[in-house]
Amino acid sequence: MQYLLTLYAEESGFQRMTREQQQQGMAAYMAYTEALKQAGAYVGSNRLQPIATATTVRTADGKTQVLDGPYADSKEQLGGYYLIDAPDLDAALSWAARCPGSQHGVIEVRPIWTM
Amino acid sequence: MSGCGNGVQPRDLAEQVARRSYGKLVAYLAARTRDVTSAEDALSEAFASALADWPRNGCPQNPEAWLMTVARRKFLDATRSTQRETASDEIEQNAMAIPFDAEATEIPDRRLGLMFACAHPAIDAAIRAPLMLQAILGLDAARIASAFLISPATMSQRLVRAKNKIRQAGIPLAIPERSQLRHRLDTILDAIYAAFTEGWIDAAGTDVARRDLAEEAIYLGRVITDLLPNEPEGLGLLALMLHAEARRPARRNAAGDYVPLAQQDAALWNPDMIAEAESLLHRASAMSAVGRYQLEAAIQSAHAVRVRTGQSDWAAIVQLYDALFALSGSPVAVVNRALAIAEVHGAHQALEDLNTVAADPRLAEYQPYWAARAELLARINSRRDAHHAYSIAIGLERDPSVRCFLEQRKMLIDE
Repeated sequence: MQYLLTLYAEESGFQRMTREQQQQGMAAYMAYTEALKQAGAYVGSNRLQPIATATTVRTADGKTQVLDGPYADSKEQLGGYYLIDAPDLDAALSWAARCPGSQHGVIEVRPIWTM
Repeated sequence: MSGCGNGVQPRDLAEQVARRSYGKLVAYLAARTRDVTSAEDALSEAFASALADWPRNGCPQNPEAWLMTVARRKFLDATRSTQRETASDEIEQNAMAIPFDAEATEIPDRRLGLMFACAHPAIDAAIRAPLMLQAILGLDAARIASAFLISPATMSQRLVRAKNKIRQAGIPLAIPERSQLRHRLDTILDAIYAAFTEGWIDAAGTDVARRDLAEEAIYLGRVITDLLPNEPEGLGLLALMLHAEARRPARRNAAGDYVPLAQQDAALWNPDMIAEAESLLHRASAMSAVGRYQLEAAIQSAHAVRVRTGQSDWAAIVQLYDALFALSGSPVAVVNRALAIAEVHGAHQALEDLNTVAADPRLAEYQPYWAARAELLARINSRRDAHHAYSIAIGLERDPSVRCFLEQRKMLIDE
């Protein structure tokens, strides 16, 4: 099965880190991605630009509304995702637990809807 | 109508098989697809066929295998037609995964894997016990609902949602790896105990759904101890439930009034259940891994010595509650310990101990806290405070006979 791991964290946390801490953080993500690939579980992943770059679009009554900012205004923001292949939820959860994002934020694990 | 030999009627036989094999058949059918709903549907169709077929053609040699053969065919038909989204080779794989030889006498027991799925941390904690009662024992939603004081429609909805989650999120019907096993087993034991305590509330046994629930929980406890005989907490939970169940005949007097533990006639306690509980606890303690359920069972065991000595071993009970509090940090352990302290060191010291948790918000609506407090205050003759505490305890109690008992106690201090 495929699972999407969405990573939520306090965006300002990264900016508050020293340059050295930031580099360590990046290295942890690279190692994690490498481990996923090695295990054949990696399907895809991306890191997103900060929420200041986000724009929301909604069409209602034929009118398209465009708003500045992210959809959900919460303490933790969507910052990236991993799409992985895992035999079951337990395997997906153990990948989520290994992700560096689980230490400085929250990871939502959801199965992909297969058509 | 032809019988089934030994005078067993087909309907009785189907019921016996249902009781013994329901969870086994569901677990086996759903093991690979994780589709518990379809497995249950197929099985109920198979039972319906059995009730039509067995009276006509006689009961099969191996009823369980007969049901499995029919249920498996219906299950595959149903998954073929509903799972269009599934690639056809996967359906074939699923079909291969449920090979079944009707001549075989033993169906592999995969109930444990199903129980681990029902009590998975990804499943809402409140629905784990109902889910297990349904998937393993085949209890219907209406019966579970009435025992858990929830409307049948809401209960069905929650059960459906939980089963959908097992299938869609890919929760495995499997025994977790060794490193996870104990931690995950705790969630199963908690769910079984939740079912037991729901059943335990109805002490008089007048509410059939409730009384049965305690028995079903004990049955689930036996499944766990049979399949995982070397897990001490499983043994501890079964011992705890048996000790509690053993006292059922003494919890009400002939008039149906509530009798508190201290005033129960120990001669009415069921000696066989106590003996079995003691032997389970003995086995568990040899495994040297203490846990919550073993401690709670040991506390009940220290009460059970009354049968021989005429008195509970209060000093041991205080120590066991100390250990339980150290382990769980739960104020409930302090409440119960206070009542034991009162027996050893008197009500004044017990109240001092109880006051250490008085501000805990978890106790504000916890009936046993107020009842314990009232009892201790009454003993030191602090009438006004006792009166107040009894009022709150009565207001929080849902069992009318316990309410009646507390009202009588309250009247005593008013005199």
